[in-house]
Amino acid sequence: MSAVMIARKVRKWEKLPGKNTFCCDGRVMMARQKGVFYLTVFLIVGTCSLFFAFECPYLAIHLSPAIPVFAIVLFLFVMALLLRTSFSDPGVLPRALPEEATFIEMEIEAANGNVPAGQRPPPRIRNVQINGQIVKLKYCYTCKIFRPPRASHCSICDNCVDRFDHHCPWVGNCVGKRNYRYFYLFTLSLSLLTIYIFTFAIVHVVMRSVDSGFVKTLQDTPGTVLEVLVCFFTLWSVVGLTGFHSYLISLNQTTNEDIKGSWSGKNRLQNPYSHKNIVKNCCEVLCGPAYPSVLDRRGLTQDDLPVPASTATQSNPVPQTTKTTAPLIPNEHTPDDAKPSIADSAIAHAEKRSPSPKKEIPPTPTKVPPLASPETDVEASVIIAKEKAL
Amino acid sequence: MSTEFHNLQELRHSVSVATKVFIQRDYSQGTTCRFQTKFPSELDSRIERTLLEDTVKTLNSYYAETEKMGGQSYLEGCLACATAYLIFLCMETRYEKMLKKISGYIQEQNEKIYAPRGLLLTDPIERGMRVIEVSVFEDRGSSGSSHSSSVSSGGSSQR
Repeated sequence: MSAVMIARKVRKWEKLPGKNTFCCDGRVMMARQKGVFYLTVFLIVGTCSLFFAFECPYLAIHLSPAIPVFAIVLFLFVMALLLRTSFSDPGVLPRALPEEATFIEMEIEAANGNVPAGQRPPPRIRNVQINGQIVKLKYCYTCKIFRPPRASHCSICDNCVDRFDHHCPWVGNCVGKRNYRYFYLFTLSLSLLTIYIFTFAIVHVVMRSVDSGFVKTLQDTPGTVLEVLVCFFTLWSVVGLTGFHSYLISLNQTTNEDIKGSWSGKNRLQNPYSHKNIVKNCCEVLCGPAYPSVLDRRGLTQDDLPVPASTATQSNPVPQTTKTTAPLIPNEHTPDDAKPSIADSAIAHAEKRSPSPKKEIPPTPTKVPPLASPETDVEASVIIAKEKAL
Repeated sequence: MSTEFHNLQELRHSVSVATKVFIQRDYSQGTTCRFQTKFPSELDSRIERTLLEDTVKTLNSYYAETEKMGGQSYLEGCLACATAYLIFLCMETRYEKMLKKISGYIQEQNEKIYAPRGLLLTDPIERGMRVIEVSVFEDRGSSGSSHSSSVSSGGSSQR
């Protein structure tokens, strides 16, 4: 029975659960629906092209050559920030590996004690005290973790995101801890660009109309009309959004918390993350450290080791492994279904598990479940008995 | 007492994991990265309390230093902003440098302290900065020669 050796480099991003799309071999990470993002790019690039084609030649000569130069700088700044917001990992929290999920399950069981039959078990909540305030951490049934404070699960991307702000279709990605400052600077610079183009388009029309008349000006530069229209409507939304996020930053709040009214003051709940100082809050959000991604998208999975053809077909990618653990933990809506005992499920799951992603353990021993099995108990007791006999 | 593992290599090739213990995050001071220094009871028999606590406290101090809001972080932030964050394409951030240092520290601690006791710490970055995973290894019989000889001699003496 000869085995065919298959060696293929599989990077971790190919096995990540969640509904993200990846490009450039894992360097780029976005949400699945990208249509509105393409519209954003088209609007920005299109409007700026019209500005450079129609306004800039006239204004460079009649006013100042600095005008197009500044416009180019601002345009490049806006595009760089947009692409950074859209393409970066917003702060996705990886799902719990089976051992961690089991450990958390056991802790929950221990904390809940015996639930009388027919009664719903209490909701899975962990209370932590942050800066003197009690904050409830909710359990995520998809990711099998207790969400850290300020994290939330995005249903569009199907990931828990740290310091989740909102999912923005205009940038085609979630906005979270890692890319919030890029998002804010994008909206700020886009506001400036919009105001800039709008102002100079009007100035251009006025200056030209003085020479040639209003109607002839519009006939000479039809692009101007389009620019003014786009900028007018964009102004209200983008400037408003920038203002809203400036308010949130000064209070160190996220959009998600603002919408839910987490720190609105009722029930005496104050924001425990705020430094109570606008400057400090702004500095923390905008000038804080650049957090690294914990996803390791471009790392190699264990599948890059040569595997015999027979086992290669059996090996399940991680998302399927995650799904096979679903029966282990009941979903949010049916918590009172009879749950299999944790030990049995852990053993059954471990036996189904494909070659482990851990570097140090070769495939064969992964058949041994993480919790003690009858075989290991017998062996251990034999060893202990023999050592005592010596 | 159970057999000793003389180095990390031997540990990785010859044994399998019996159980894992997870040291959780400590959120009492906010969302900055910090792990609980409470000693897990499952490790009582495997390692001295102070050794693990020292390791966790040192890790906490490294993370606190990385996330500290100070002159250097503001300077890095402002400089990066001025270049539209393109500078991050060529330069390593402070956080990334510190993560390398932490990874080296954990490797060193594993080699010196944890592997000889049959334990292995996993870098928190590999678990999404949620937990410090401590793998507890049990000897599986095909490990070092000292162990197998004690089994065989015990077996022969029993006959």
